[in-house]
Amino acid sequence: MGLSVTAKNQRLTLVLLALAAIVGAALLALSALKDQAAFFYAPSDVSRLGLPLGRAVRLGGMVEAGSVAREPDGVTVRFIVTDGRATTPVTFAGIVPDLFRERSGVVAEGQFRPDGSFLATNLLAKHDEKYMPPQLKGALHETKTLEK
Amino acid sequence: MPALHAFANPARFLRIARPLTPVLFWAGAVLIALGCWAGLTQTPPDYLQGETVRILYIHVPAAWLGMGGWTGIAVASISYLVWRHPLAQVAARAIALPGAVFAAICLATGSIWGRPTWGTWWQWDGRLTSMLLLLFVYLGYMALARADAERGGDGRVPALYGVAGTVLLPIIRYSVVWWNTLHQGPSIGLTRSSIDASLLWPLPIMLAGFSLFFASVVLMRMRAMLATAKAEARMRRMARA
Repeated sequence: MGLSVTAKNQRLTLVLLALAAIVGAALLALSALKDQAAFFYAPSDVSRLGLPLGRAVRLGGMVEAGSVAREPDGVTVRFIVTDGRATTPVTFAGIVPDLFRERSGVVAEGQFRPDGSFLATNLLAKHDEKYMPPQLKGALHETKTLEK
Repeated sequence: MPALHAFANPARFLRIARPLTPVLFWAGAVLIALGCWAGLTQTPPDYLQGETVRILYIHVPAAWLGMGGWTGIAVASISYLVWRHPLAQVAARAIALPGAVFAAICLATGSIWGRPTWGTWWQWDGRLTSMLLLLFVYLGYMALARADAERGGDGRVPALYGVAGTVLLPIIRYSVVWWNTLHQGPSIGLTRSSIDASLLWPLPIMLAGFSLFFASVVLMRMRAMLATAKAEARMRRMARA
């Protein structure tokens, strides 16, 4: 066969070129979608993209250490979400997920208020990619940030 | 390429596949049983999620095989388009059903896992949505391949679809890197893992077991398809006689 242009070689080249073109086009399109395809706003996105007022959005980041405070009514929780560059105070009334804790990830669904704070209607816990037995907790593990 | 063409011969393929099928099936079943026992009883719970983390021994291999199945369809489709091996077309069609089932297992176990950990059964984040799309792409492939066969097509259209669907694989893999998502980032890379070794070791056993089981199902389906084609050809000959 060698390097001669046979029908098979031609078909192989065509198929591989088509595959490269499809994958390339999709990757270009999707990387351009970066902000639109994001699941949540990070606190520093708000200063970059403006405050998305009047529509339901999600705010995600780490729950700042020592920031969780419960109101006397027993259901309202206040805490601060940080992404290491900016912070947003969040208010939520309801049941928090089991994995909601300080220095861990959270995604809050709700609305921004004009003063830049966030009123959540639902909380989701976001954990990181680390798994380990309880004995190692603390020794090895401390989540710094959810940034990739 | 004489080596590749040797496998394109259905008679030779059947001579190898017939004894190989039960070997793969039972080896897979033993490894899956071993992996389940290890994952349920021999590993410690996670420091954060507790016992819930054990579902990863099903969820992660199912996700890999859901994506691996489509890789197989893509490779078989390219072989069919380029070399016109009839067996490559049979292989692609045989992979579609188990691939779709494993993608569905990945979505179902992920949903069951998401409820206690994240606090939700389902969210439209990049990872979850792209994996759901892969399941739909599998279903589309199965419908297209059947329609093509019923209308006496030569299988080129499903093969092109098989190549085009490959675009989803890097999207699923990198969805958690490109976009912020509810799903955590990748735990396992080529050289490192952020799953502690004491929790990780049943995972390769389960992956090997799932893969062997997957391969045995593909061989069974390929043999059934070849037998059906043979029976139909015989019926046509008898009808003519």
